[in-house]
Amino acid sequence: MKDGTATMVMTPPATKPKKKEVSGQELRKTWVGQSIKRREDPRLLTGRGTFVDDITLPNLHHAAILRSPRAHARILSYDTREAENHPGVIAVLTGEEVGQMSKPFPVGVTAAFKYYSAAVGKVRYVGEPVAVVVASDRYVAEDAMELIQVEYEPLPPIVNCEAALEADAPVLHEELGNNIGCHRLLNYGDVDQAFEEADLILKERFVFPRYSSLPLETYAVIADFDAITGMFTVHSNFMGPFSMHAVAARALDVEENKLRFIVPSDIGGSFGIKTSIYPYIVLLSLASRKAGRPVKWIEDRQEHLMASSCQTDRVAYREVAVKNDGTLLGIKSKVIENVGAYLRAPEPACTFRPIGNFVGPYKVRNVQLDAYVVMTNKCPTGPNRGYGCQQIYFEQERMMDRIAEELELDPIEVRMKNLITAEDMPYTTPTGGIYDSGDYPKAMDLVVEMSQYTKLRERQKKARAEGRLFGIGIATGVDPSVSNMGYITIALPPEFRARAGYLPKSGSAESATIQMNQRGKVSVTMGTTPQGQGHETVVTQIVADELGITPDDVVIVDEFDTAKHGWSISSGTYASRFASVGTSAAVLAARKLKGKIIHLAAALLSVPEEDLIIQEGKVFAKDNPEKNITVKRVAGTAHWNHELLPDDVEAGLQARAVFRFPANVAPDPQDRVNSSNTYGFMVEIAVVEVDPDSGKVNILDWFSVHDAGTIINPKIVEGQIYGGALHGIGGALFEELAYDDDGQFLTGSFMHYVCPTAVEAPKLTIGHICSPSPLTLLGSKGAGESSSETAPAAIAGAVADALGPLGIRINELPLNPKRVWTLIHESKTP
Amino acid sequence: MPQAYRSVEITVNGLTYNRQVEPRRLLSDFLREDLDLRGTHVGCEHGICGACTVLMNGYTVRSCLMFAVQANGAEITTIEGLAKNGKLHPLQEAFWENHGLQCGFCTPGFLLSACELLERNPDPTEEEVRVGLSGNMCRCTGYQGIVESVLAAASKMKAQK
Amino acid sequence: MKPPKFDYFDPTTVEEALDLLKEYGEDAKILAGGQSLVPLLNFRLARPQVLVDINRIKDLDYVRENNGTLAIGAMTRQRTLETSEIIRSKCGLLTDAAELIGHPQIRNRGTVGGSLVHADPTAELAAIAKALDAQMKIRSSEGERTVAAKDFFVTVMTTVLEPSEMLVEVEFPALAPSAGWAFEEFVLRHGDFAVVGVTTVVTLDAKQTCTELRLAAIGVDETPFRDPEIEGLLQGQKITDSLLDELAARVSEKVDPFTDLHATAEQRKHLAGVLAKKAIKKAEEAAILNLKKES
Repeated sequence: MKDGTATMVMTPPATKPKKKEVSGQELRKTWVGQSIKRREDPRLLTGRGTFVDDITLPNLHHAAILRSPRAHARILSYDTREAENHPGVIAVLTGEEVGQMSKPFPVGVTAAFKYYSAAVGKVRYVGEPVAVVVASDRYVAEDAMELIQVEYEPLPPIVNCEAALEADAPVLHEELGNNIGCHRLLNYGDVDQAFEEADLILKERFVFPRYSSLPLETYAVIADFDAITGMFTVHSNFMGPFSMHAVAARALDVEENKLRFIVPSDIGGSFGIKTSIYPYIVLLSLASRKAGRPVKWIEDRQEHLMASSCQTDRVAYREVAVKNDGTLLGIKSKVIENVGAYLRAPEPACTFRPIGNFVGPYKVRNVQLDAYVVMTNKCPTGPNRGYGCQQIYFEQERMMDRIAEELELDPIEVRMKNLITAEDMPYTTPTGGIYDSGDYPKAMDLVVEMSQYTKLRERQKKARAEGRLFGIGIATGVDPSVSNMGYITIALPPEFRARAGYLPKSGSAESATIQMNQRGKVSVTMGTTPQGQGHETVVTQIVADELGITPDDVVIVDEFDTAKHGWSISSGTYASRFASVGTSAAVLAARKLKGKIIHLAAALLSVPEEDLIIQEGKVFAKDNPEKNITVKRVAGTAHWNHELLPDDVEAGLQARAVFRFPANVAPDPQDRVNSSNTYGFMVEIAVVEVDPDSGKVNILDWFSVHDAGTIINPKIVEGQIYGGALHGIGGALFEELAYDDDGQFLTGSFMHYVCPTAVEAPKLTIGHICSPSPLTLLGSKGAGESSSETAPAAIAGAVADALGPLGIRINELPLNPKRVWTLIHESKTP
Repeated sequence: MPQAYRSVEITVNGLTYNRQVEPRRLLSDFLREDLDLRGTHVGCEHGICGACTVLMNGYTVRSCLMFAVQANGAEITTIEGLAKNGKLHPLQEAFWENHGLQCGFCTPGFLLSACELLERNPDPTEEEVRVGLSGNMCRCTGYQGIVESVLAAASKMKAQK
Repeated sequence: MKPPKFDYFDPTTVEEALDLLKEYGEDAKILAGGQSLVPLLNFRLARPQVLVDINRIKDLDYVRENNGTLAIGAMTRQRTLETSEIIRSKCGLLTDAAELIGHPQIRNRGTVGGSLVHADPTAELAAIAKALDAQMKIRSSEGERTVAAKDFFVTVMTTVLEPSEMLVEVEFPALAPSAGWAFEEFVLRHGDFAVVGVTTVVTLDAKQTCTELRLAAIGVDETPFRDPEIEGLLQGQKITDSLLDELAARVSEKVDPFTDLHATAEQRKHLAGVLAKKAIKKAEEAAILNLKKES
């Protein structure tokens, strides 16, 4: 991908690469960089994909889950007799039995509370599983579910995370004595001095709402327990990280190799949320164990909205120390993160996943983060596209605008003043992140140019003169990809991490296995679980380049199976990791295979390996092209004719490679950690107009510039940017998982939880710059989350800019018509 | 007398099926489970997301908002019936060429809605495409690829006529 | 989200359906297009013992012109509102408003009668019925009665229909060729139920003086809002901005809306006035255009 604005290239069919001079290195990189048509599409376009609900097993039965109607209550008794006697019902599993048959899920904090896959003793949120019915079909299971009687003793609920910190707040987990799941006070640099040196100190309170991923496909699990072998086999749309497989195994109290996870080729979207399916995997595994047969559970939309997972809502107090020229000297941030009823792994990652990129693209060196992770009577949380970043960039970018406002500087200027530059790369942030590459000012220049920013401001002047509420919002962010597992241990105090016997955590790896058959054609399996990101296509492009073959010669199998695939704890498709670590694993495996081909060819041709190259399906001696052998013949020999194989060559042709990053270390005693591995950049400019009569925010224009390093398939990357941006826009303008003060859930349907449709989705103008990552084998970085992290801040900035003349400050999302209209109305009411 | 099960005869993608169904069985479940036509996807079961859209007697309907028994005697086209003789429908081609899908879960519903849209309005503007598809939700694409695909298919189909 | 069990009947004549309603009374529920009822069944928020599916009654799917009125059978699909030439020529407001009802997939199945009987306080068809003084033809096995739209809607999701009765036809007056109309609404998303909506029909005389204003608002009360006093404000007047501002203020003042997840009562009051003004202006422009066409 060349620098500068991207053009939407029409996708050529996947047949022949563009004509190129065939000369050694030149042949490489012909497929990478092209928008080839996706390999996944034919099956998905014709209704022949394989999603979990498309799978059936012999003697398959179906589950329905009875859920708590109360936010907080003690369970006094269950009466399941009528349900058990209902025709077609095989078994009823209660929360009480779950408590007996399984162990609490492990989680990486010191607070000792118990979280099971169903309510044990108490319910703590509306929608918490209380019992499971297994029956001949889902209709019957739901009929029987209604026959279960549960007696509750209501307890006072608490849903507000700040109120939950108060001394007299109702306590969810009595064993803790309060609602704090984790508290860390982190200091980097010298914050006190920064605030002493400041010309200006600003402080704001921010509220970020709960919204979610809402993939079109809900959670889906088929669990099958074999009582003879003690083996659990689970088909599900789990997306990783497979560290959650370990968490599930601990809860089931089974060795990891007896808990087999199978993920089919197709997952109907996830955007983070399907990490948190694992409690249901455990619950259904227990149901299968009790029912003695395989059990399928397809989460319905109501269940999904109320009780799957979502991102945290949070209250944050942010204070910044600034020089009169706009230089940001220090940040003090107090965060109260609401993780709902149970602090569930991988939480409290919401707070700590972005620790390395906490300062975003800015040079500020002094940071204090006082983080409270609080439990309330809401649904437990987990990853949602952007995981933790949309919250911090909302706070950060609102503050940059406040600084601009106070110092009467242009918002672009304030940001430019503080940006880390290309010369600073690789840049170590005060919190320990190591930004691998980037040119943030250049990206900023590009977005200013693309949007014709000066003209936008003129347009705004004119609109304001006409009395219109016209606003321009700017938001920047550093996009972390490939989490270093070690970041999560920031939740533990350094003394705890230093204890003897404690196993430090660090790293991030991915594996790829490649096989060449006897006719020279290739199959690849990955340790990834894609949910629409087009891995088959991208791996095809990479492998074709590496082996000098065409995509038609390559087949990628997307299914994942812990019993068959190479994988590790960090495997899976999350944290935008594929473009960095997945692609590198594919490259590594292909190169390993290529090495084997050359090694064998060297023996067959009696030419030293270093003199051989592979080109257009043949292995040549560089200086003597007459001396050659087709790759097909090498492969044929490896498979068919072992007599010719040297002793050090194994039969067949396959290679497995695992790629990992060098700078993946555990947090240091000062709590610094490189929480991700590659760091992209994005900047948005949103242009909006607010209708004062309805409070509706209309997006007029949107400009988005990205640096995701090398782009392997431009169409796929831009598809991710479109989707990510709309995800963030949805959260900023439309979507909210709302509760009343009693913890009753208010948005249990798509009538209430409002997602944008094609009419509400803006068109984006996308630009790219390319700063290849020095850490990945193709220079690529993740891009799938990017704009989802900055879009809410961009919207907030634009609406604040539009409403600025009315004296309105925007510190809370979502900016739905109700909130915006009320703000405008109140500003006019003395 | 009401019957616990009813006989239905439903033609799906040109093939006629005779089955016994409980009156409450949703058409979406009937297609997926009873006929094993798994291409019709269920996304919300309350008529908002559009994933389960099929054509009944030539018109789009939400198959989650109908009982199978109501389709007795009807002709239904599901996603499995869109490609003919191994050849993709121009809309399917266009979705493939224009990155009109990512996870593919909403895609069958979008394709069938787009079929009806282009039948009613063979030359839609971008705005008309967006409005015409507003009964289908997608969470992957930001809709851009979908809108481009439908516009591309429209011009291709027009040229072929 | 699977519907509970029910006994299912699919009569092919109105008489059979009425007999079933008589037999099962309050235990029975009529299934028309199902676009509102089936979601309620799937959520198990409705659990009738008996479902009387009237989709096979072909006699209820018609559009007829009767002496200056437009008679629409209860089972006429909402799609027909968009496509019927008779409807377009006699009561174009219905044609224009149809695309505001849900999405094509919904209108293909949803029916005119079903929407009216469901009595959602934000349903477009209810507003039009009220504004135009539509007549609801209701039958039971005992006989037939006709109820004016103003008396038909009782409260949220409730009409005057007795358990043994069914709506068989709705009669709209044909609009004068010189009338202009509009339906303006504020929605969160295209195709959603309106947060607030206003429909209006403006009739002008040759001097462009308003001879009649009809105006109904939805999303501002339990049933569609209509007020003769407000409609009288424009009677015999040239429509001016200041007059419309006064009217809008009166609308905002008189409606009695609710606060919910998506809007506050205050916001709805304000919107009702703003949309009333917008709708009347649009209708007036259309009426002027029609006048010119006539002359």
